[in-house]
Parts: sequence; structure tokens; C-alpha cells
Amino acid sequence: MIFDYETLKLLWWLIIGILLIAFAITDGMDMGVAMLIKLVGKTDSERRVVINTVGAHWDGNQVWFITAGGALFAAWPMVYAAAFSGFYFAMMLILFALFFRPLGFDYRSKIDSPRWRNNWDWALFAGSAIPALVFGVAFGNLFLGVPFSIDEYLRTSYQGSFFSLLNPFALLSGIISLTMLLAHGGIWLQLRTDTDIARRAAQYGRYALLVFVVLFALAGIWVANLDGYQILSMGDKQGFANPMDKTVTTAAGAWLNNYQQTPLTMLFPVGAFTMAATAWFFSKINKPALALMATSLMLAGVIMTAGISLFPFVLPSSNHPDISLTIWDAVSSHRTLNVMFVAVSIFVPLILLYTTWCYVQMWRKVTVEEIENNSHDSY
Amino acid sequence: MIDETFVDLSRLQFAVTALFHFLFVPLTLGMTWILVIMESVYVMTGREIYRDMTKFWGKLFGINFAIGVATGLTMEFEFGTNWSYYSHYVGDVFGAPLAIEGLMAFFLESTFVGVFFLGWERLSKRQHLAVTFIMAFGTSMSALWILVANAWMQNPIGAEFNYQTMRMEMTSFTELVFNPVAQVKFIHTVSAGYVAASMFVLGISSWYILKGRDLAFAKRSFSVASGFGLASILCVILLGDESGYEVGEVQKVKLASIEAEWHTEEAPAAFTLVGIPDSDKQVTHAAVKIPYVMGIIATRSLDEQVTGIIDLEKQHEVRIRNGMIAYKYLEKLRSGDDSAENIAKFDTLKADLGYGLLLKRYTPNVVDASEAQIQQAVKDSFPKVGPMFWSFRIMVGCGVIMLAVFVLSFYYNAHRVIEQKRWLLWAAVWSIPLPWIAIEFGWIVAEYGRQPWAISEILPTFLATSSLTVNDILISLTGFIVFYTGLASVEGWLMLRFVKRGPSSLHTGKYHFEHLEDSTSNSQITDEQGVNS
Repeated sequence: MIFDYETLKLLWWLIIGILLIAFAITDGMDMGVAMLIKLVGKTDSERRVVINTVGAHWDGNQVWFITAGGALFAAWPMVYAAAFSGFYFAMMLILFALFFRPLGFDYRSKIDSPRWRNNWDWALFAGSAIPALVFGVAFGNLFLGVPFSIDEYLRTSYQGSFFSLLNPFALLSGIISLTMLLAHGGIWLQLRTDTDIARRAAQYGRYALLVFVVLFALAGIWVANLDGYQILSMGDKQGFANPMDKTVTTAAGAWLNNYQQTPLTMLFPVGAFTMAATAWFFSKINKPALALMATSLMLAGVIMTAGISLFPFVLPSSNHPDISLTIWDAVSSHRTLNVMFVAVSIFVPLILLYTTWCYVQMWRKVTVEEIENNSHDSY
Repeated sequence: MIDETFVDLSRLQFAVTALFHFLFVPLTLGMTWILVIMESVYVMTGREIYRDMTKFWGKLFGINFAIGVATGLTMEFEFGTNWSYYSHYVGDVFGAPLAIEGLMAFFLESTFVGVFFLGWERLSKRQHLAVTFIMAFGTSMSALWILVANAWMQNPIGAEFNYQTMRMEMTSFTELVFNPVAQVKFIHTVSAGYVAASMFVLGISSWYILKGRDLAFAKRSFSVASGFGLASILCVILLGDESGYEVGEVQKVKLASIEAEWHTEEAPAAFTLVGIPDSDKQVTHAAVKIPYVMGIIATRSLDEQVTGIIDLEKQHEVRIRNGMIAYKYLEKLRSGDDSAENIAKFDTLKADLGYGLLLKRYTPNVVDASEAQIQQAVKDSFPKVGPMFWSFRIMVGCGVIMLAVFVLSFYYNAHRVIEQKRWLLWAAVWSIPLPWIAIEFGWIVAEYGRQPWAISEILPTFLATSSLTVNDILISLTGFIVFYTGLASVEGWLMLRFVKRGPSSLHTGKYHFEHLEDSTSNSQITDEQGVNS
């Protein structure tokens, strides 16, 4: 074993965070792009330009999501079990929406019919907007606590309903998630297209940034007044993972405790705001590459902000706070965390390497002219 | 008590979504290598027709690939959404190969597949071939890791139950990866995928030849498919999955059920070609037997026995009784009475804990099971013989027909007389569905044959579910059926449209319908118009 159990548990919290950030930056980008197809593209060729900026990459990007799911299964099986079955219909909604994406990207331009293409444009919109929204809603519910329990044989059961997930705070989180990806996608299009398409995309991207900043600030104020969860006592962090072995209390504003204890972590929320402003500025002066870096850091800032606020909780239980799932007690065994840590350390750098190669090879400004000349070899 | 309807619906949903997903996986597995072969010839010879072949079959591959990706997501969701106790109970072991599949294989496949489709103008010939190769390699690696995970469900080695965390935990990653069942499954499954893709290309090419369209294109495609298909079908048959059936208890159960072998026969066992298995009386009526064959299929030897169901039942009964004792000690340990003596007693019997859990169907406390309940649990520890017996024979039957088609196609193609053998070309067209039938029934043999276990001998399926309701599953299952029917209709329609249009859909100006369009007025072939890219 390279690290002791407690260190590995902490590292795995970081790895899941990194996978989610990579998912937001890559797949979130093409989700943002797909949401903008109809807004930014006025003609069919323009819409194809929008789609072809991510045509070669959406599938690889989506694997960040699949891998994050797999990593959750392997490293935090209790969380995977409780969250996926608890949020049953929310998960089904995400899944059914995601069906539209592979088919939309691949089938849309294969048939030369306006109705066919228009339907797929809407399918791509739904397939991207719904998951973006529901992910945010799910995250929002973590802050409120999720009504679930665990029995003596560690079987989890959920006591809420699908509609109880759609509360005001969670919906606010959903719209934050939606606008941040919309902004990121808009800036990507500003970088990878030209003329009116880039101009319109940048415009929508900056609008989204403004809405995002306002809502993210609002959520911050809201969270400060929510009942947060705190661990009063728990068993040995080096011992076997057992979610039943701790006492937890709730207190108003407790979700902000970590920022008081470790002020350096303020970097993440402050960074998210700063990067949003930076992105807006660079987009405005037409430096989209810098703006895209800023939106990427902004996404990282938002996800880390959520992670730090909840830390060490992953899935707080509103019914039985004591059995809330945390990074210390809902995890896999020492050996599995170790094996998976080695796997991640080998493969993530490799993935970044060849993904970069693919992006570099396919890098260009996609133009209406290019699409019209290569009509049969483009999406 | 266990709600049987709920369990059955959960299983039905998983079966429907897995079988549906598996309609698209085999073509992806095989087609990627066929594309590698075609493109390699293009890069080596520089002849454009091979580039056109890669692009056209690549388009059909893409139509199939999209729906394969979409429906694959379902499986990853369902372990958590519908089998949450399973996820908790074995996530420590089963999650690892799934996550590694994403990291090592699916990333590779998915990152390069977009470049394969859209990178023709942006990469050099060699670079593009490399991309195609990596995509194919990634696809087959993906199958490897999924089958490592699946093989662990069939033969769960390298793991141990931990009463403190109430789950299975990994004891050896190497054992998990080098599970002998995983190796045979991998070879068998990917070669079956290669056969499916070969039959697909062979059948469609035959149809073009029969129609006298794009002959140069069709005959070259036919050659590639017949060669690759012959090699693959030999691989499937000679390295059949059954060779893995001698390892692992549940694999033995499967074998006995497939063969409807009630009593252990002296080695080498005969193979029952056809017959009517009768589970109540435990006999097979009207059996037609071929001597030696079963022993050879199952054990690859003439002197090893294939254990019969009645003998396996006796063994299971012993294990169920041990499992009840194991459960008693587990309860003591869970309630905090973890003396060294209790731990030691539990450890000696915990391998049979899963058999004890079979009784949870009848009594939540397990230890108070009646004699009748124990006998019932013994009966439960086998899948129904009828479906296993017939599924296996359908699969093998399809395989034998396909072998004949590939052998003859390869032979006549090598002698350059394939165009005259119209009956064989028609046979190839009509054989297109066979690999899919064989594969789906193969899935049933492997996964239905695993019942009553989710994880062989460890976790019964009825315990592995989520805490949901019958209505929850009815809603989601209806959703899947509606959605999947829609997706399949769109896919099938689009696929058929491109198949009918053939290489003319590439718009190179060289193929059948484009000649027609040049020589006649455009309006005459409205049916074929509208296919864009």
C-alpha cells in the first residue's frame, strides 16, 4: 500500500472531485454548445458549424461522466447505491435525456430534411439541458440532506419522492449548473467559430455568466442560513468503513465551518466569482482562449466550493443524520482504494495526453464555408 | 418477506436493457477490426476503393455505434438505481473492473472514434489508420474489462466477506483480473462479435452482388468478411465458452442444466442432441445422444466427469445447512458478540453464507428455516433446465449454420466463382440475423444460467435489489420499452436507408446510383434521394 487508509480516503475525495471537474470542463462544454445550437445558428449550415465544433469530441468527453460514475461505484459504493436508487426518477430522467445525445450528434445531418434535423436539434438541446439541470438539482439536495435510512445489514432505502427533490434551493442549484455550462459552451463557440456565430455565442455566454454570478452569490447567502451538518464524534478513520458509527448534528450555517477552519479554502468560491468576471472581460475584448481558461477555472471553483462546503459529507441523511455518508465511512476497502488509486494515476495522465492530441489535430475555426464544402463528411 | 413480483420486474428490466444493449455491441466489436483491415489495405496499396470501403462500412458502424453508446449508459446506471444492495455488497470488488474499463478502454475508444469519423482530411493516411486501430483496440479492451467484471459474478475469486462492513472485499486484484472464466468469456464474446460484424458485411455485400451493383466494391468487402468471419467463427466454436464451465460451482450447475444431465455419467459424457427435459421427474424424454461429445465440449478431456443435477443437489443441501450456521454466527458478530471463537466459527463456514441467504426468501431469520423450506431452497439453487437446454441448442445450431456459410463463402470466393453461387449469396443474406440470435441466446445461457445468484454462491438475486416499489419499476420499464422501441426504429430505418443506397451515399461520384443520376434526369429516383452524408 502506498498510503495509509485515511490518506487514501482523502485522496479519493479529491479524485472524485477532479473527475467531476474534468466532466464539467469537457462534457459540460459540449452540453453548453448543444443547448446553444438553436439560439446561435440561424441557418442549417450555421447550426452544423456549432455541432461540428464538438463533433469529434463529445463522445470522449462523455466518458468523464461514465468514469466518474464507475469511480463512484468502486470507491464509494455506499454512496453510489444510496444516491442512484434514492434519486431513482431523477437518474432515469438524466439517463433518458442522455440517450438523445449520441443519436442526435450522429444522426442529425445524415438525412437532408429540415424537419428531421429540427427534431434532432431539439433532442440535442433536451439531452444536454436536462442532465445539466438535474445534476445541479441533485447537488442542491445534498445541502438540504436527503431522506434516507440504512438498516442493520446496510441496505439503504429512500423515504422521499421525486417531487420533493424539486424544492426552491435545489432548483436554484440546477439553474446555476445550467448557466455555468451555458457560459462555458458559449465561450467555446466564440473560440472555435467566426463571424456572426461567434458573436452571438459570445453574447449568450456573457449573459449566462451574469446570471450565474448573481445566482451563485444568492446560493451562497442561502447556504449560510441553511442547517449544515457537523460530525460530533466518529470511530477510527483508519478502521473498517462503517457509516453507523458516528454522531452528527445540524446547525444553521454549519456548511461554512470549513471556510472558517481553513481560510485558504475561500480561494474556491472567491476564485469562481473572479474567474467569471475574468471570463466576461476576456470574452468582451475578444480573447476567447483566455476566456475559456477562465470559465474552466470557474467550473472547478464551483465544484470545489460545493465539495469543501459539504466536506467530509457526501450524502447527508435528513432522516437520520448519524448515518449520513461521509468520505470516511462510505468508502471501499483499503486495498480497493489503493488499486484504484494506482489505476487512476496511470491512466488519467495518459487520457489527458491523447485527448490533447485529438483536440490539437481537430483544432480550427469551423466555418460555414467548410461545412458546405464537406457536407458529406461532417456532422 | 420478499416481493417476488418486484424482484421479477427488476430482473426483467435488467434483462430487457442488457439484451437490447447487446444487439449493438457485437457489431461495434467486430466492425472496428474490419475497418482496420480495409483501411490497412488502403494505406498499403493506395487504392481508393479501400478508402471508400472503410468510409461506407464506417458509416454503418457509426449508426450502430451511437445507439450502442446510448444504451450502454443504462447498464452503469442500473447497478445503482435498481441493484443498490448488490452495489453495496460487491462494489468493493465489482466496481474496480468497471471503473478501469472507463479509464483504460472506453476513453480510448470514445476519444478516437470522433477523430475516425471526422479526421479524414486532417490526418495523414498513417495517422488515420493508427486512430482506427486504437479505436478497435479500445473497443475490444472495453469488452475485456466488462467480462472481467461479469466473470467475477460467475466465479467470484479474489474476494472475501467482511462481517464488519457487511460486504465482499477484494483480497487479490490479480486473481480478479486473471479469473480463468474471464479469459474464456473474453475470447468467446469478442469472437462472437467479430462473427456478427463479418456476417453483416458478408450478407449486405452478397445482396449488392445479387443486385449486380457496385461489384468491385461488394466483392472486395465480401472477401474481407469471409476471411475474417471464417477465422472468427472457428475461434468461437473451438474456444467456446463452455471450456470455462469446469471452474466454479455455478458453472457446473449451468453445464448440467444445459445438458439436462440429471445423473452424473461416467466420463466421457454423451451429448444430448435433442430431447424434452422434465424437471419434475428429473428425466429427459426422447433423448437423442451422441457419445463422448459432451465430455469433450465441457471438460476438453475424455476422463473428467460432468456432475449431474441430482448429485449437485445433494451438495447444495449440505451447503445450505452450513449457511444457516454461518448466518447464526454472522448475527452474533453483527450484534457485537465478536469473541475470537465466534469469528473463528464464522470464518470456517462463511463460504456457505450465500447458500444460507437463499432461505431469506422464505424466512427472514434464516436460522429457523423448516425442513420443507430447506428442500425448497435446494430446488431454487438451479435455473430452470428447459430454457437452458433449448437456449444452448439454438445458439449452437446458429453457429453450425454460420460455420457452413463462412466455409463455403471463403472457398468459392478463393476460387473466384462466388458470383455464380447465387444460392450461397442468398444464404448469406438470410444468415444476417443468425449471429444476433446466437448471441442473445448465449447471453441467456450465461446469465439466466447464473440464477438464483446475482453473485454466484454469494448473493442471491432477490436480495440484490434496491428498496423500490413495483410501481417504480413498472414506470421505468415502460419508459425503457417505449424509448428503446423508438430508438431501434430510427436506427433500423436509417441503417436500411444507407444499406439500400450503398457506397453511393459517399457522394464520390463513382458508384451505382450516381451513374444513374448522371445519365437520367434527377427526379426518377426520389426514393433514394435525401440521404446526405
